[in-house]
Amino acid sequence: MKQQEIFERLHAKHGGAVTDFQAGAKDPWCKVDPARLVEVCRTLRDDPELDMKFLENLTGVDYPKTNEIAVVYHFTSYGKRHDFCMKAMLDREDPSVETLSGLWQCARYNERECYDLLGVIFEGHPDLRRVLLPDDWEGYPLRKDFTEKDDYHGIPTVRPNPIDLFAIKAKGKA
Amino acid sequence: MGQLFGHATQRMDRYGDDSGSIVQTRVTNVINQVLNWGRANSVWYLLFGLACCAIELMQTGGPRGDLERFGSAPRPSPRSSDLIIVAGTLTYKMALRVKRLYDQMSEPKYVISMGSCSNCGGLFQYAYSVCKGVDQIIPVDVYVPGCPPRPEALLEGLLKIQEQIKSERYLQERYGIA
Repeated sequence: MKQQEIFERLHAKHGGAVTDFQAGAKDPWCKVDPARLVEVCRTLRDDPELDMKFLENLTGVDYPKTNEIAVVYHFTSYGKRHDFCMKAMLDREDPSVETLSGLWQCARYNERECYDLLGVIFEGHPDLRRVLLPDDWEGYPLRKDFTEKDDYHGIPTVRPNPIDLFAIKAKGKA
Repeated sequence: MGQLFGHATQRMDRYGDDSGSIVQTRVTNVINQVLNWGRANSVWYLLFGLACCAIELMQTGGPRGDLERFGSAPRPSPRSSDLIIVAGTLTYKMALRVKRLYDQMSEPKYVISMGSCSNCGGLFQYAYSVCKGVDQIIPVDVYVPGCPPRPEALLEGLLKIQEQIKSERYLQERYGIA
């Protein structure tokens, strides 16, 4: 099934929950209403014509200009050999969306990573904590306005440029 | 005897005139040389790798590099190792663990920083999660450049450590014997 047909099938069943289909994009995608995400995804998984048994990928993108964080979902059907992409646009100040871990178990790790790096809260997630970064890390590094701290547990986060050091040494000798 | 203890003639300056000669007049020099000979040829290193440099570390320990011909054997525990080879990209999360491993090693202990990443952060030095050089957490004796270094380069690093061990006066430095 083409992505256009998948979108129309979803649109016929859920109406305004899926909007703005971007057919011209290299990887065609549509927006999904975050409040109705789980019911749309249930259709994607359980509809025998769609048959998206696999949540291929779950990532996030930060858009500071429009003050949004997008959570990007990629679905794949092994049986029907087609795939589909949806984005849930969230408010950047308080990004939260319902978890998909009830539908696909593999969403658990992906959502933890998305929480770790972008700070998206996945409501209903069974174990939402940091997965890559240390537990005591502050901030979400993949947000565009993330600034590195001066040190981490006393380890400085900058190293002097060796060329500058040579210049300082040469000055000291002269 | 000079042959046996290696590099003895090069260390005349540090040891004074009677070091390295066949006729030894000071017993502490003889003991030092025997100690250093033994220590330099049994540098046991901690079996510890962080990233792709660890693959080269394995190659160095393999049949072609054969680190063991210099008396260096990998040890599973920091408590029985003399040398830690920091091989690979050091993240902040790991940096605290490396510090702990180093603290568990017993004196005298030596550190080789292997590869660009552990020397200065290397390719990832602008990343938010990567420590900019292992020398910011533990003192480093030998830096081995390369990304990753060839096994020969790491062997050279080990030989540098051996030279350093052979030039030490361990009895005097540790026990204050004149």
